[in-house]
Amino acid sequence: MNRSHRTRTLAVAAVVAAALVAAGCGSSSSGGSALAASAPGITKTQILIGSHQPLTGPAAPGYSEIAPASNAYFQYVNAHGGIYGRKIKYTYLDDAYDPSKTASVVRQLVLQDSVYAIFDGLGTPTHLAVVKYLNSAKVPDVFVASGCDCWNNPTTYPETFGWQLDYIREGKILGQYVKQHFAGKKIGLFFQDDEFGMDGVKGLSYEIPASQIVSKQSYVPTNVNIGPQVAALKASGAQVVVSFAIPAFNALLKLASLKLSFSPTLVASNVGTDPITLGGLLQAFAKQGGATVNGNALTQGIITDGYLPTLGDTGNSWIALFKKVHDQYDAKAPFDGNVLYGEAVAYTFVQSMLKAGKNPTRADLTKAISGGLPQGPAVAPYDYSATDHGGMTGAFIGVIKNGVIVQQGPVLTTDTTPTGAVTPYSGTQAPAPSSGMP
Amino acid sequence: MTMTLLRHLAAAIVAGAVIWAASVQLNAFRDFQIAEIAVYVVAIAGLSVLIGLSGQISLGNGAFMAVGAYAAALLMLHLNWPVWAVFPASAVITAVAGGVVGVAAARLSGPYLAGATLLLAVALPSLANQFPGVFGGDQGLSLTVTAPARLGATFPVTRWQAWVCSAAALITLVILANLTRSRVGRNWRAIRDDPVAAALTGLNVARLRVLAFVVSATCAGLAGAMLAFTTTLVSPGSFTLSLSIALLTGAVLGGLGTLAGALWGALVIVLVPTYVTDVATSHGLSSGVAANIPIAAYGVVLVVVMLLFPDGIQGGLRRLAGPLIPANLTRLTLPDRHPTAGDQQDGLPSPDRRRPVGEHQEEGTK
Repeated sequence: MNRSHRTRTLAVAAVVAAALVAAGCGSSSSGGSALAASAPGITKTQILIGSHQPLTGPAAPGYSEIAPASNAYFQYVNAHGGIYGRKIKYTYLDDAYDPSKTASVVRQLVLQDSVYAIFDGLGTPTHLAVVKYLNSAKVPDVFVASGCDCWNNPTTYPETFGWQLDYIREGKILGQYVKQHFAGKKIGLFFQDDEFGMDGVKGLSYEIPASQIVSKQSYVPTNVNIGPQVAALKASGAQVVVSFAIPAFNALLKLASLKLSFSPTLVASNVGTDPITLGGLLQAFAKQGGATVNGNALTQGIITDGYLPTLGDTGNSWIALFKKVHDQYDAKAPFDGNVLYGEAVAYTFVQSMLKAGKNPTRADLTKAISGGLPQGPAVAPYDYSATDHGGMTGAFIGVIKNGVIVQQGPVLTTDTTPTGAVTPYSGTQAPAPSSGMP
Repeated sequence: MTMTLLRHLAAAIVAGAVIWAASVQLNAFRDFQIAEIAVYVVAIAGLSVLIGLSGQISLGNGAFMAVGAYAAALLMLHLNWPVWAVFPASAVITAVAGGVVGVAAARLSGPYLAGATLLLAVALPSLANQFPGVFGGDQGLSLTVTAPARLGATFPVTRWQAWVCSAAALITLVILANLTRSRVGRNWRAIRDDPVAAALTGLNVARLRVLAFVVSATCAGLAGAMLAFTTTLVSPGSFTLSLSIALLTGAVLGGLGTLAGALWGALVIVLVPTYVTDVATSHGLSSGVAANIPIAAYGVVLVVVMLLFPDGIQGGLRRLAGPLIPANLTRLTLPDRHPTAGDQQDGLPSPDRRRPVGEHQEEGTK
């Protein structure tokens, strides 16, 4: 009795407080352009966005850190005035990397929760399950967390925008490095048997002379026995192995090579070489096999690329900003490449929302991005335009030393065509704003 | 026989009217969930008939769903077939696949059959990666589903999906209900309970097993086509082993061998994760915890149901309702299989309670 009375008092108090807050908002914004509920998911106080993420299942290790990191940056923005006073609410649902579940959770977000946009939906096969749906429902589908070139299709998918460096460009940048530094050597390729691996190989083959490639070995992510592929690479006499693989398979590649006393130079895509993730996997897999290895020792010397500043570069203003946000709002997660990714893509979203205007419709957001975005945390410019929804255009070459990626040489930019040159980027990246807000 | 058919038809019409009323009232996402539930009802009903009536087990029905889904996608993409033709065609194609597997499977039983069908569940979807030209590889095949123009431009496509899938599910249930009540159903129960005795009475045990397998695969194939129609994408990632396990879980949870149980199983599979995620996120749990709560809740539901209702939800309801419901309205199993007090103590679901089929066979061949 007593308790229910207190509950009722609390409820009344809450209602009164809410009414006061609402009245306060109403009066403060009555002059000039008032905040309005300009689109689904946008109220006077809130911007609701959604995403599908592999929080459980095979793709969860590592990737499940991305959405909480994005949310950490949104909380930082909310604590610093929000976007034109509105707070971002980010609802990310688990699809366990299963396209059927993606179809279901994205419909839940769009039809039931009425999100303003889908942000950073993760995975190529998963996001392909909803890209048509989102475009027919005219829901902005921004910054898909996948380097598939397929998101850059403004005619068919006007609502969809990629973000990270696509795998074709990445292949070309790595390929040019291989061509210049390993001239005349035998090159073996190791890649995932899907869009990710095949786009990467496409980019590599634009740069590396076909005569140098002695073996092409692919794997499927569901089969962890890659002994035959590694044996074939060794038999081909490859001196350099270029890998487009996820972290687990780079770790398996490294361990299987060790077993066969095969020690080629390893060049690997950014996706699979976050040193913290890779080192941890190497130690875990070796332990399963009854051996002890030093993760850092095994990742030493792997050549890779990066499209965001390197984590080891603590003097970089972007790393300092994202470290600060991470420590404040997401301290339980390790500050690794996935967290950096999540925060950086969230920063880009805030950039585009600010550009979309005070009372944006859904079309205002896609228009804002199509009009081009300032570079922000990316090391090379974006190519967003009315006819290009790709995203980043370049990366630098890096080498893993003592568990961190160390940049080698300048940032390189290129396009996705077979003949487009890989050229050093002449501009410089602006430092992070001291407020931490775009 | 005609009376039974009429009664089932009447029940289906009433159910259809209820679903229609619900689909008009509910929001577009709930309509989508109705379609999803219909998909799982068909898949689980097929598996439930196989396990509960013919006494065989299959861990491969997820793979048969893949066959049906890819068949449907190819028919829609390349031949532009309408949905009313695609569904039966996909079911027939999967029936053929089920027949091929069933002929081999009829010689296996118990864990060996489970193992063989497990192989199917693991291997078959990866064929899509082997022939990317036809099946679209890991990306899969993407479909466009629109509501018919005569329903109006603003008609929500999810409601259309709910209607089509519910209609397909109801038709399937009517057919299954009649089949299980027919001579074929009685024969299945006979070979399940004692294959040796059944063979002695002149039943062709192997042929009946293959038939049950084909019926089960047909349902899975139809469910696959419905899934393709609902999610508008067919890709290998949708047909992992966990789908086959989920179907089995749904069948056991709902109540093996009962068609109403298929509905309970489907409801649990579709609604529990969404509901629990909503609750978990609205209570501000950390993402790492919230993400795993649906899996934990699923496990808790499974444990609780198995402890309280070893016959599944439908069995439990039947026991609670007791004499209120005439047995023949809800039951497809034979009256002599009422759980006894001794059976309840061991807390095992009904299929484990009888002696494994394999044991009988071994005795027969000694």
